[in-house]
Amino acid sequence: MHSVASRADAAQPLAVSRRKRIDRGYALTAAAFLLPSAIVYGLFVFFPLFQAFYYGLYDWNGLGPLEDYVGLQNYRDVLSDEIFRNALKHNIIILILSLLIQLPLALGLALVVGRKMPGRAFFRTVFFLPYVLSEVVTGVLWSFLYHPRSGLNELIGKIVPNHESIGWLSDPRIVLYSLFVAITWKFVGFHFILYLAGLQSIPAELEESAKLDGASNLRVIRDITIPLLGPTVRLTVFLSAIGSLQFFDLIWVMTEGGPIDSSQTMATYMYKFSFQRFALGYGAAASLIIFLICFVFALLYMRFFMNRDYAGA
Amino acid sequence: MATHVEQPKPRSVVPIGGFGRLLVCLVAAFVVLAPLGVAVMNGLKSKGQVVNRPFSLPDPVLWSNYTDILRSHAFWRQLGNSALVMLATTFLILAFASAAAFVFARMPFRGREFLFTFYVLGLLFPLAVAILPVYLLIRELGLVDTLWGIILPQVAFLMPLSVLILRNFFLGVPNELEDAAYVDGATAFQFFTRILLPLARPGLAAVAVLTMVYSWNNFFLPLVVLNSEKHWTLPLGVMQYSGQYSSDWGAILAFVTLAMLPAIIFYLFAERQIIAGLTAGSLKG
Repeated sequence: MHSVASRADAAQPLAVSRRKRIDRGYALTAAAFLLPSAIVYGLFVFFPLFQAFYYGLYDWNGLGPLEDYVGLQNYRDVLSDEIFRNALKHNIIILILSLLIQLPLALGLALVVGRKMPGRAFFRTVFFLPYVLSEVVTGVLWSFLYHPRSGLNELIGKIVPNHESIGWLSDPRIVLYSLFVAITWKFVGFHFILYLAGLQSIPAELEESAKLDGASNLRVIRDITIPLLGPTVRLTVFLSAIGSLQFFDLIWVMTEGGPIDSSQTMATYMYKFSFQRFALGYGAAASLIIFLICFVFALLYMRFFMNRDYAGA
Repeated sequence: MATHVEQPKPRSVVPIGGFGRLLVCLVAAFVVLAPLGVAVMNGLKSKGQVVNRPFSLPDPVLWSNYTDILRSHAFWRQLGNSALVMLATTFLILAFASAAAFVFARMPFRGREFLFTFYVLGLLFPLAVAILPVYLLIRELGLVDTLWGIILPQVAFLMPLSVLILRNFFLGVPNELEDAAYVDGATAFQFFTRILLPLARPGLAAVAVLTMVYSWNNFFLPLVVLNSEKHWTLPLGVMQYSGQYSSDWGAILAFVTLAMLPAIIFYLFAERQIIAGLTAGSLKG
């Protein structure tokens, strides 16, 4: 590479002097190292974002040229579509359920497994296992458990006499909750692992000395463990929320957003319009709206909840 | 007794005894494992047996669901495609992300932190949301219905997390090593390949296994990009198989079992790296 001489110069012990000496060879080396990633990343991640906004301004079926300019009409239509609004509502229901049920469950498991316990490694392996399975596999597997006659219905029928088969995935009133159970089965292990890592970074002496001082176990958890887990909790809330807002795979495999749109999420809505009805301009507008919702949420959340954890990062 | 001094043992702080904790864990483990067991077992049953007795042991054991799949070309082709996409994605992300992370960790210049922020910003823009514009781009590039149409976007969308993880590992390598290498006349490239990368092997392993899991399980991208059956990856295969055999749950669950087996085996071997990657990526981000 070009930089034998320049790097030898730059390699002086003081970082400051290194920073000042930016010559051409150094710049070329840095550019050469950055180029491959910058091309792929810029092309596939950032460029499409701007394209989406542009396509969203047209009425377009994806085949002919872009001619039918409709301004912001697509965006207005998406936002005023009852089905899209309901899809957003479903995303938010999944989000709230995740925060209220999935995360506490994960935290509880992490506290129970704790630092030392017989079989700890085994339980860790088991709890995290579903996370490495694909959402398609998970979806098909849970579709079987939700089978109208077989699966869970058969099991309940054995215990409860005259059990009427529950339409886990066919009853619009409960389909979202059935999906949420499958989602929890798959993702609780992920948050569990993060909490476990967070717990390990808390010095055991803190909890032990609190107990020596006569604090009850519950108080130790409430006043020491959980506050010290703060950064981890804030992170899992963030990841869980962003994930909930973008949910697609599992729902598509299990219900395709049905029945009658009762489990539609923003992503399945966007997929339907883009790849089944070929309203690509409209789909692009929906994509951008989903992105903006996630983006604004992320910025606000980081601004108000995570700035302390990431100060200086 | 008088001599009873309370000796706090190092244990979990949950206010239930050891037995209670074990019980909770066993119940949770059962809930996690039971559906997997149901899949394996029902894969060994005939159509009627599955529907009528989904939770009993297979009687008689029917191997044909499994052997039919293992004898079919489609399954092995899908497995091969998934493996190919996974290996190519892993190779490219390791090469590209480590080169970029090297600059972000070791080569200061004005505007570098801004550029780094730009790289990390992609974390907020995941594939699921970008799928339509990404598809249109793939179409313009002529990559629809090719495996490259999966590999390149996967590399791109894994870039933020991978750069983040590797940068952290590179920052942990002492500066003195770098200075010594340059004094000895090494080029930046030599320092990178001969010293930095070998020392950051745990970081590379973490990125590699996360990439492998991500690629192996990716569904949305193949769903929109791949049309012809000969290019299908395993998740598409599962989807197609469950549509084709819509009521023969024995066959479907056998396919599900075979599809998840490679992931489970891989996980049992690489658990440590996967978890290290996840915690490094999320907690230091």
